[in-house]
Amino acid sequence: MATFIAIPILGILLILQSAVVSRFPLLRGTAEPVLLVVIAWALQKRVQTAWQWGIIGGLFVGIASALPIWATLLIYAMAVVVALAIRQRVWQAPILAMFIATFIVTIFANGIAILSLRLSGIALPLLQSLNLITLPSVILNVILAIPAFYLIADLAKWLYPEELEV
Amino acid sequence: MKLTTSRTLQTIVLAMMVIGLIALALGGYLAPVSRYLLSPVIAGQTWLSVRFTAIQNFLSSPQDITSLRQRNTSLENEVSRLQTEIISLKQQIDQTRILSALVGFARTNPEYRYESASVIGRDPSPFVQYVIINRGSDIGLRRGMPVVTEQGLVGRIAAVTAGAARVQLITDPGSSINVRIDPARTQAVLQGDITANVSLSMIPQSAAVQTGDLVMTSGLGGNYPPDILIGQITGVRSQDIDLFKSASVQPVVDFSQIDIVLVITNFQPVDTKPLIPTPGTP
Repeated sequence: MATFIAIPILGILLILQSAVVSRFPLLRGTAEPVLLVVIAWALQKRVQTAWQWGIIGGLFVGIASALPIWATLLIYAMAVVVALAIRQRVWQAPILAMFIATFIVTIFANGIAILSLRLSGIALPLLQSLNLITLPSVILNVILAIPAFYLIADLAKWLYPEELEV
Repeated sequence: MKLTTSRTLQTIVLAMMVIGLIALALGGYLAPVSRYLLSPVIAGQTWLSVRFTAIQNFLSSPQDITSLRQRNTSLENEVSRLQTEIISLKQQIDQTRILSALVGFARTNPEYRYESASVIGRDPSPFVQYVIINRGSDIGLRRGMPVVTEQGLVGRIAAVTAGAARVQLITDPGSSINVRIDPARTQAVLQGDITANVSLSMIPQSAAVQTGDLVMTSGLGGNYPPDILIGQITGVRSQDIDLFKSASVQPVVDFSQIDIVLVITNFQPVDTKPLIPTPGTP
């Protein structure tokens, strides 16, 4: 159930990202709701399907984007790895964990995108990429991290209800 | 007899009084008297009339407010409906204007066949400049087909599915197009970059290129048909130590506003890779 529900949720978010969010860039950077939701899902305590969500998100974005599909899969796998690692270390302050994970994953994701394009023969200027895309994307993602985290926390509570001790 | 005389006298006196009063009234001598007499009557009538009107309004006003509120709600609904209709009509007018311009472009370039498509999304990655259109291989779109608007070149199809296609914009960092600069008729290469701008490179130092010159596709390389307008040169950079000049270009197409595009369906790109000699081949 928790895996299957990723398909409509991430699908709708991808449509939203492609049709709406990408039209509101900050400099050249844009927010990435699909990535944020995958990070937020992996940070939830009782969630056991983080990898499935990461793979589905990576596949969806890979299909829609001109980036190589291996790059998007790698980005989303990295997002899950980072989120799971931070969940174990910053478990007492989940929203802080969300901020840290968003910051790290956005920078990693941009690095992988630049690397994949370089391997495809398109060399992007690093400093310009950092100033125009990476840093604005980090700001937008960190701003959207709060609503994304709380919405996904509610979804996780609904899908994984806490067991009551009698 | 005496009684009859007395009555006649009374009648005459009364008649004379009446005639006298009438005469005084006609002469205007009774006006001050009537003013004094009528003023308390008028004041009383005014007082009563004001109270009566107030009571009447009090008793009838709730019904009026209810009916006015109903009427107001009905009018507000009507205004909302008309505003929605206006927005819808404005959208239709905009779309018609775009389609009309596209038809105009198609008429001025009759050698090509066109399929129109709407832009339904942009690439999720900010590092690449692609748009997604709502037509695909179902209507015969193929990879490599050029995409234009009534203003000029947009890009070319990079990937196709049955019902959609991904178009690489000329502003994409991976885009490279052979162009001709008019009126100098000089060949150059147009490249996109990460800032979503386009610039020219490989302009010979001897070429007389200046600001305001037009940039059009040259058709060399076989990826794009010739003579499609791309933009205008906004600045030329040249250094003595460089082999070539470079220039910045303002595209004629506003890529942040494209909604409808035309795909040129009867242009087949030529794959020149087999013709390019590679080291080690005879």
